[in-house]
Amino acid sequence: MSIQDQVIAILADQAVLEPADVSMTSTLEDLGIDSMGVVESIFAIEETFDISVPFNANQPDASDFDISSVASIVAGIERLKAEQG
Amino acid sequence: MKRVVITGAGTINALGLNVADTMAAMREGVCGIGQLKFRDVERLSIQIGGQVQDFPPEGRYNRQQLSLYDRFTQFTLAAADEAIRQSGLIFSGELSAKSGVVLGTAGGGVSTWDDNYRAVYEEGKNRVHPFVVPKLMNNAAASHLSKEYNLKGPSFTVSTACASSNHAMAQAFAMVRSGMAPAMVTGGSESMLCFGGVKAWEGLRVMSRDACRPFSANRNGMVQGEGAGIFVFEDYDHARGRGADILCEVVGFAMTSDASDIVTPSKSGAARAMAGALADARINPDQVGYINAHGTGTAANDKTECAAVADVFGPHADRLMISSTKSMHGHLIGGTGAVELLACIMALRDGVIAPTIGYQEPDPECALDVVPNEARDARVTYALSNAFAFGGMNAVIAMRAV
Repeated sequence: MSIQDQVIAILADQAVLEPADVSMTSTLEDLGIDSMGVVESIFAIEETFDISVPFNANQPDASDFDISSVASIVAGIERLKAEQG
Repeated sequence: MKRVVITGAGTINALGLNVADTMAAMREGVCGIGQLKFRDVERLSIQIGGQVQDFPPEGRYNRQQLSLYDRFTQFTLAAADEAIRQSGLIFSGELSAKSGVVLGTAGGGVSTWDDNYRAVYEEGKNRVHPFVVPKLMNNAAASHLSKEYNLKGPSFTVSTACASSNHAMAQAFAMVRSGMAPAMVTGGSESMLCFGGVKAWEGLRVMSRDACRPFSANRNGMVQGEGAGIFVFEDYDHARGRGADILCEVVGFAMTSDASDIVTPSKSGAARAMAGALADARINPDQVGYINAHGTGTAANDKTECAAVADVFGPHADRLMISSTKSMHGHLIGGTGAVELLACIMALRDGVIAPTIGYQEPDPECALDVVPNEARDARVTYALSNAFAFGGMNAVIAMRAV
């Protein structure tokens, strides 16, 4: 599975939706994922891709990982995986 | 109804190993938060905390005691020794039979769990020390305290996360006020600063990596602390009758439940607890000069708490002082209300308001007098101490200068 498909599967699972209902432009808010859901989704992403995501729930906008859309999350994971080498 | 006064106080925390040193540090705005030191700390993404330094248990406790005393029990007994010594009480006869211990802790013997899980899972051992259970149980500290000081009345441990000590002290207050006990030893203790303890908190993504800055617009989370605060609550007439030195009076309390979210705080739950404490103490909002805030330094707590204060106090919210000493000693979780009660005693007895240190940028959502960065001299007659826990369980205590 591609990173994109895996992220969509994680978020769909969190939001209790079908993967087909999650698009690259969806925001977490669109999907109905609240602040605790965000923290759980990031945990699932870290476990799936074996990466460490810099995310502080107190400053979601200031974190060096953009969670504003599915596309930005995929881009963030690709960057972290590249950095990890 | 009896009047209830505090006749003894003791503590151990990152700011000091006793009350005098802790209050001196609060007056000076000292930060007790620094790099954590314990096994495997390099595997944590959060590596700062308000860790108690220079407290080697060896020498203080004998071999038999060390096999039974988790660090949270060690802190409790050290703080209790100071408090009970100051009170001058010796528990014997009817005083012993009726007086008890009510303590708060969220985690109990966390490092005992941690050490023994490590032994069986990581090191593959198939045997643990026979006293693991009595050492880690949440009531271990209260039990040892009752045993050391001959306290044979009602004793138990309260566990309501970050409000544990305030709930415990509220219970002790109610018992003395009702005439059920002439004196109660109360407060709380916590020691979660070990690998597993911090790792669990790290997962929630609410911890700061650099500092606890309550109410500051650039705050980025809480920082854990450890330690204990222990007090002697005593019937006023009993205390006066023996000529005891009175630190302050406890005049009311209230407890509420948000009955909503498991972690997100509720403005109405906090407001109802503060308003309830004022009503129980039969005081008007404008009589309160100082509030020791829950003030965790998270985005959610601080703005919610300030909004609740504004609701309860109306225009007086802009005149009272509210500070969070967690900026200095960190968040002691189940022990935090007990150590923070010291800031209220200092305000009421000494006329010194502990500051909120680390304050850098005003936040329009926290637009109260948070006593930024420097302590202040002020005469205060009534003070509140707030504690709002995960799980939505809140407890507020009201105190008066004597």
